[in-house]
Amino acid sequence: MNAAKASKDMSPLRERMLRMLLPILVLAAGVVLWHVLVRLYDIPPYVLPGPLLVGATLIRDWAVLSGSLLATLATTIEGFLLAALGGIGLAILFNQSRLIEYSLYPYAVILQVTPIVAIAPLLLIYLPQQAAVLACAWIVAFFPVLANTTLGLNSVDRNLADLFRLYGATRRQVLTELKLPAALPYILAGLKIAGGLSLIGAVVAEIAAGSAGAGSGLAFRIVESGYRLNIPRMFAALLLLSVSGIAIFFALSVFTHLLLRRWHESALAGDT
Amino acid sequence: MVALHGVSKAYANGVLALDGLSLDVRGGEFLSLLGPSGCGKSTALRLIAGLTDRTSGTIEWMQHARDKGPRSDKDRHEIGFVFQDPTLMPWATVAANVQLPLKLQGLGRAAQPRVEAALARVGLSRFAQSYPRELSGGMKMRASIARALVTEPRLLLMDEPFAALDEITRFRLNNDLLALWQTLGKTVVFVTHSVFESVYLSQRVIVMTPRPGRVFTELSIDAAYPRDERFRTSASYVAYCRRVSEALARAMEAA
Repeated sequence: MNAAKASKDMSPLRERMLRMLLPILVLAAGVVLWHVLVRLYDIPPYVLPGPLLVGATLIRDWAVLSGSLLATLATTIEGFLLAALGGIGLAILFNQSRLIEYSLYPYAVILQVTPIVAIAPLLLIYLPQQAAVLACAWIVAFFPVLANTTLGLNSVDRNLADLFRLYGATRRQVLTELKLPAALPYILAGLKIAGGLSLIGAVVAEIAAGSAGAGSGLAFRIVESGYRLNIPRMFAALLLLSVSGIAIFFALSVFTHLLLRRWHESALAGDT
Repeated sequence: MVALHGVSKAYANGVLALDGLSLDVRGGEFLSLLGPSGCGKSTALRLIAGLTDRTSGTIEWMQHARDKGPRSDKDRHEIGFVFQDPTLMPWATVAANVQLPLKLQGLGRAAQPRVEAALARVGLSRFAQSYPRELSGGMKMRASIARALVTEPRLLLMDEPFAALDEITRFRLNNDLLALWQTLGKTVVFVTHSVFESVYLSQRVIVMTPRPGRVFTELSIDAAYPRDERFRTSASYVAYCRRVSEALARAMEAA
């Protein structure tokens, strides 16, 4: 039995364990290497703190960092929810009225292609800081939802659309019974992208606000710690940001799976 | 029941699908439209269903002429349509799919007994709560037929419904369809490109010319119902098939 055959014959359970185990092993190896390098070359903590020191900082500064974590998460989630509402709402509006679509779609694209880093400082001038940060998170995150939902609403099976017509369905019925369910996988794909992007938007806005703001988010902590050469705390805050991003991604993946598992191909791949 | 007089249909891209098609559908009959691919058979069905507009000609319903097919709600509900693909909503259970026409007409829970009856008719009662992807091709087509029957339509339009199925499944569904037709007394217009299927099922076969489609000729299949596997192997079946095949061949040359 050759190697390729062997991997194909692996039991599903073993394969699942490996898929969980291997990334953890890589992480452990990376952390150990990091630790060894810092020790071996005696790198000072203000250049590169070792993993143990970052861990210790995380615990010691938890009071400050947890507050910042909550602030950033709150912004991210609010921005995400607004992006979801705005993106899906606009897509439905565009789908119902061609005139509105023609009038507004170019501006949605302009918002999307203009780098958020360039818009953020302006928003901070004209809006209260919390609103500006939220606006950034929204601007970055709403477009994928809009684009995906639009695509989904337009990819309805033509025969099914005919069937609805044959039975005299109203516009509203076509939307709620046909277009939205057909668009669901696309909407969820858009939301998955938007989850990560709203975190990025929140971080960009916090950094742009910088020391000028009374902000207390994680990105603000990173900038502040940078000024104070508190590098271990920078790493600790960065670690929390990463973990937040991963958590958001997983939460949305689970949500997608739960909604689609009975009928959509994408959610079925795993259970054969 | 419905008659087409000199109906033509040109699509926006200039293709002339039908050119002066005249035929009448008699109440209670099993009629097949037979012709090569692209001869406008499906277009004819869609015209009758009111899913597309004719370019010229008239479509006459029962006594009163209606210009654009069955536009009023009353007439609309008298038509059931079965597409070539099962065309089920993948996100809904079989029962919900079958219930759809009633739901669109505003019937809620009251529809439940009718959905169950329709599912029982096609032998899918056990699969009411399954999702389409969990069914075989033949079962999906049964669900599609149940959905077309759930409104108790007087006219059932079928657009090559069994073309994508394997022969064994197709024979079974042919028999089940004939049994349904005999017990329910519906009028069926059945589009097919299979000579054998048209002979096995119908009382009348209308042979169409290649595009642009017209009626080339019409043949009666006078064999008695119920028809079964014995009919499929009988000498008269073979003779009918030969006559229909020859008519189809002449229709191809005439084009």
